[in-house]
Amino acid sequence: MLLATYTLWLRDIVRFLRQRSRVIGALGSPVIFWLLLGSGLNHSFNGDATRPPVGGYLQYFYPGTLALIVLFTAIFSTISVIEDRQEGFMQGVLVAPVPRSAIVMGKVLGGTTLALIQAAAFLLLAPFAGLPVTLAALPLLLGVIVALGFATTGLGLLIAWWLDSMQGFHAIMNVALIPMWILSGAVFPASGASGWIRAIMQVNPMTYGVTALRLAIFPTVPVAGEPGLAGSLAVVLIFGFAILAADTWLVRRR
Amino acid sequence: MSAAALEVDNLRHTYGDREALRGVSFSVAEGEVFALLGPNGGGKTTLFRIVSTLMRPTSGTVRIAGDEVTARPDRVRRRLGVVFQAPALDVRLTVEENLRHQGHLYGLRGRTLAGRIADAMDRVGLADRARDLVHTLSGGLQRRAELAKALLHRPAVLVLDEPTTGLDPGARRDVWRHLLTLRERDGTTVVLTTHLMDEAAKCDRVGIMHEGSLVALGTPAALTAQIGGDVILISSADAPALAPRIAARFGVKAEVIDEQVRIERDRAHEFVPMLVEAFPGEIDAVTFGKPTLEDVFMHHTGRRLN
Repeated sequence: MLLATYTLWLRDIVRFLRQRSRVIGALGSPVIFWLLLGSGLNHSFNGDATRPPVGGYLQYFYPGTLALIVLFTAIFSTISVIEDRQEGFMQGVLVAPVPRSAIVMGKVLGGTTLALIQAAAFLLLAPFAGLPVTLAALPLLLGVIVALGFATTGLGLLIAWWLDSMQGFHAIMNVALIPMWILSGAVFPASGASGWIRAIMQVNPMTYGVTALRLAIFPTVPVAGEPGLAGSLAVVLIFGFAILAADTWLVRRR
Repeated sequence: MSAAALEVDNLRHTYGDREALRGVSFSVAEGEVFALLGPNGGGKTTLFRIVSTLMRPTSGTVRIAGDEVTARPDRVRRRLGVVFQAPALDVRLTVEENLRHQGHLYGLRGRTLAGRIADAMDRVGLADRARDLVHTLSGGLQRRAELAKALLHRPAVLVLDEPTTGLDPGARRDVWRHLLTLRERDGTTVVLTTHLMDEAAKCDRVGIMHEGSLVALGTPAALTAQIGGDVILISSADAPALAPRIAARFGVKAEVIDEQVRIERDRAHEFVPMLVEAFPGEIDAVTFGKPTLEDVFMHHTGRRLN
């Protein structure tokens, strides 16, 4: 069981390291968004009144960009499952005497690791953006990234296994995953949004991921009535494990 | 008596309201090389997916060495080697890396695994390509690597879905040489699907599938012997009109398949001259010969195989 999970995880890592284009896809575009939107909006952004230490938009957008890197990595590492399972390596995995939960774990841990690698690369830019990421805060921040990577890869796998076409995945990505990110506080704070948007943001699990990232980078006292770092992280983890259970159920079923 | 290597009993499968398998039953003895012959869409791949534990049938049972595939999938999976029609190697990994992952999935590790990998690559003649990325290998070599991968855990039963599709004749012969050696050396049971009659003819027994049913089952010799004597094919400008006239004149069954009149008859060499004399100018060409599995397929289904 552990050996199977390990081997599937290793395969994902090795494949990733041999495919340079994926590095650019998952890391490059969020970084470009961050630089362009961040620099463009830097001074027109009035900040989030509820979270005082945040400076310009480059700083505000930074945790959201981290979340986007994690999300893109999760999407890239799970979208391949659609083809892999119909006419690739995964066919052979499914006829092997391996518990389906071990297959799910291998895939989810693989995606999580890749998300961590890519996000860590982006963290190297933090000092240049004037962000107060200290070495002491790093373990907590990396922990939040792992939790978010785990939940988003699980979600990607669920969608990929459910659908049998790449087009279907792209559709879901555009109508659900990207909006989920936009409405997570990554791009704009809930405080300034209209009522119904704010309501969606409150039930969006991604909001808690972005909040946890933000609080890990900018330690501050949470606003009353809003979840703090521990609360947000707990929501992400509960969501992640629920998705993992759903993944295992789905992979067992078909 | 030991259980059959593969036993399929009254297997049915429907996709929505399309019946892919309509009650298929057969068994394959240990050490046998067995082919399921039929056109694409005849139900072979559905059967393959059920046997390889990828899909549950609508009803009926499949047993591998006595274990039912849906009830004890893990026991079945340990004994089963599977070669898919679509490549199941990761092309971005080397042959050796692919085999190492495969070994891990079957619980092999360390020195045992290294030994098995070396042995499997040696068997299919790939030892010198072990460190090459799979996508740098030719189609034939990739198929051999697939074979090595499926054999790594020494399965009792090897199932293959159209194993030679897309290969050139040389690579085809090569895959067959390895399959037949396997049976001789290890007594591995081999079950494969094919739409090529000359491949089916190399097997110990053949099941012919058409529209979800098994229409004939037996050794290639017994199947072709079912057809009386020779098979005569007549090309004519108007085959549908000619067929009933031939039937009336000679009291034979004359079918029209693909714009050709087809007759099964003894002593064709004596019959053909009479036939040509009887319809001067209406026959463009006549061929006859000993029946092949293709003729057996046409005999049972009234259609060409491919």
